[in-house]
Amino acid sequence: MLDDFLTRAALAGVGVACSTGPLGVFVVWRRMAYFGDATAHAAILGVALALASDLPVAVGAAGVAAAMGLTVANLTGRGWAADTVLGVLAHAALALGLVAISFVQNVQLSLESYLFGDILAVSRADLAVIWGGAALVVALIVWRWDRLLLTTVNEDLAHADGLSPTRERLVLTVALALVVAISLKIVGALLISALLIVPAAAARALARGPEAMAVGATAVGAGAALLGLWASYHFDTPAGPSIVTAAAGIFAVAVVLGRLRRA
Amino acid sequence: MTLIEAEGVSVTLGAQSVLQDVSLKLHPGEIVTIVGPNGSGKSTLLRTLLGIVPVISGRVTRKAGLRIGYVPQKLTLDPTLPLPVARFLSLPRRQSRANIAAVLARVGLPGVEARPMSGLSGGQMQRVLLARALLVKPEAILMDEPTQGLDQPGEAAFYRLLEEVRAETGAAVLMVSHDLHVVMAASDRVVCLNGHVCCEGTPHVVSNAPEYRALFGEGTRGALALYQHRHDHGHHHDGCEGHDHA
Repeated sequence: MLDDFLTRAALAGVGVACSTGPLGVFVVWRRMAYFGDATAHAAILGVALALASDLPVAVGAAGVAAAMGLTVANLTGRGWAADTVLGVLAHAALALGLVAISFVQNVQLSLESYLFGDILAVSRADLAVIWGGAALVVALIVWRWDRLLLTTVNEDLAHADGLSPTRERLVLTVALALVVAISLKIVGALLISALLIVPAAAARALARGPEAMAVGATAVGAGAALLGLWASYHFDTPAGPSIVTAAAGIFAVAVVLGRLRRA
Repeated sequence: MTLIEAEGVSVTLGAQSVLQDVSLKLHPGEIVTIVGPNGSGKSTLLRTLLGIVPVISGRVTRKAGLRIGYVPQKLTLDPTLPLPVARFLSLPRRQSRANIAAVLARVGLPGVEARPMSGLSGGQMQRVLLARALLVKPEAILMDEPTQGLDQPGEAAFYRLLEEVRAETGAAVLMVSHDLHVVMAASDRVVCLNGHVCCEGTPHVVSNAPEYRALFGEGTRGALALYQHRHDHGHHHDGCEGHDHA
């Protein structure tokens, strides 16, 4: 069954959705959309470094993405405006990554696959990385769920209860780096944050509690992956963008349904 | 026995000195109000007592295993976060339905378990925050301007509730306020703060203290007096010594 590239692509898409759902809700609640972009863009630099040093691409992407997350957290903690820091670092990392990749031989041809994903070329080994990484992210978020949620609601309340908001931010940064690494092959660096935000936003329209929203975001992400793949196959469109387009379509339907239910 | 004690605490935020040599004790069962103009370090002092803000000198001691209920100044929830009241009350420790129902009834909001937090009015939000603080069966309740944004009847009702809760549970209450009249009446002790402790004592003693009058003026409700204060702070700083009303 795994011999079929479409089956592998579907499994990869659903696997990624399992990790982007629970993390995406925090990206939306904590307004980390731009942070997600910066981390994802940094992954291109990680790809270049990995290719130049014969490391696995996922390792390079996760490493540089995590370094970016920590740098941003550190600079904003010192009083830099988050918006400016992210604006500078996100674009600098993307540009530097593109420059660096041009030095690596025989990669220019596949550059597009790192920017926009190449889900139809997912191998068995990729699947293992994706599902392993997704399981790690889900386990991390489920384990820290209540603490992450309270820190998101109010950092002082969390602190007064003996939690460390800094530690919880670190948990999210690590989870984000992992998600970026495993999503790179699926939708590419430019559309990863779409996969985090759009399903969560769609789930918000219908969910009444935080847990329901996380489960809903996962379901929307998985649905969008399957729908996007189907569309890509039938209309011969690029797979990654088709998945994000499908997610946006589900978002529009969810918003309308949410309005109707409240009316 | 002292629940929380600050001894000669100094705090800086960034390059700015916010608290200088502040000492304060909270005993079981008393209501202590910290008053002071905007920027006088009231909220910082409260956050220091909670251990959120580190001190640069002096120290803060809390009784071992002290159960503190904290009510923050306000809760700004992102509208994208759907959070029913009951779920909020179960963070970070799960609470039984019966517990939640009882505590909501106690603060005068029975049956709001399923309501979204974002749909609560200012007064309801403060009561839910108080309910959450009560769930830990606190020995001390620390509140940061709990009545900010409430109208006067709402404010009076909130303080009545607070006094009832204090009477039932015996919990000490330490609150920060810049709103003087209602606070004064409800407090056992008032600490007047302006970076340092200016004066301290019963509401009556404090309201007659020259340092207090210098900070807040006579017969005004604070806002105007705060303004004047900035110009002649130096004088009263010196005048603070010599008058120990505690």
